[in-house]
Amino acid sequence: MGKNDFKVIDEQYEAGRYAMRSYVTGFVLSVILTLIPYVIVVNHMFGKQGLVLAVILFGVTQLIAQVIFFLHLSKKSKPQWNIIVFVFTVLIVAILVVGSLWVMYNLNYNMTDVSPFNSNEGYIPQ
Amino acid sequence: MTTDILNTREAKSIFGFWIYIMSDALLFGSIFATYAVLHNNVFGGPSASDIFSMPFVLAETLILLASSFTYGLASLYAHHHKEKNKVILWLVVTFLLGATFIGMELYEFAKLLLEGNSWQRSGFLSAFFTLVGTHGLHVTAGLIWMGGLIIQVWRKGITVTTIGKVSTLGIFWHFLDIVWIFIFTFVYLMGAI
Repeated sequence: MGKNDFKVIDEQYEAGRYAMRSYVTGFVLSVILTLIPYVIVVNHMFGKQGLVLAVILFGVTQLIAQVIFFLHLSKKSKPQWNIIVFVFTVLIVAILVVGSLWVMYNLNYNMTDVSPFNSNEGYIPQ
Repeated sequence: MTTDILNTREAKSIFGFWIYIMSDALLFGSIFATYAVLHNNVFGGPSASDIFSMPFVLAETLILLASSFTYGLASLYAHHHKEKNKVILWLVVTFLLGATFIGMELYEFAKLLLEGNSWQRSGFLSAFFTLVGTHGLHVTAGLIWMGGLIIQVWRKGITVTTIGKVSTLGIFWHFLDIVWIFIFTFVYLMGAI
């Protein structure tokens, strides 16, 4: 066994330690980012608007934490095609979800008729 | 030199798998959009806050999260330490956590069905069962794959092929945990607000 072999083993060991730290960090962060929104929602700690915003914020933060610490998207792959595809997908999903909600909201708004079940904001009485 | 070629081959297949995962993300994106549009259409039936037990859902979430972490450990021992037994051990732990998650989800579905809240009850419940059911089907497929991988690692050991498979299943498994974060946030937490 040459000196070089030990070096390779050491490098592998170092990389292993680095990966371990990454998984533990990701796990601890995710548990915290799951428990905080759960506690504030179950105890109704803010108003409705505030809770919705807080919950979305914690969800997106956890997405980023897991993408970095579990999927390791931040490094490797030199031309970074992975990240380009990922950003493109996020864009399409955002258009899909926001667009659907927008269209359907307008549809509901304009279809409002005079019925006790609807708040008829769009209705102009004669 | 040979390892370089093998590395690029592995990198290519991982990139290909990554593209599949992103197309799967588009699928989940569409189902999430459907759920977002339909979640108020309860048709006189129960709404999200009436039928979900939050501590139960939290337990499900933490179990899936833990399984994502234990998969990371399996992947770590495969990539950096080449310790076959530890890889198998952590794969089995991940498998058991994943199976517990699916068991809890089936229990929740069965409870809803027995209470008369099936997917035929309202637009909200159709969207709910489609979204959570699609995720559950993915996890089930992941479990079957993991069973195969455990057998393969056990019989063939840690080779270039099995390491590649550990990597691709890892992307799939972590991805499913990320999808679940959004189900937890948008279906369960938002429903309880």
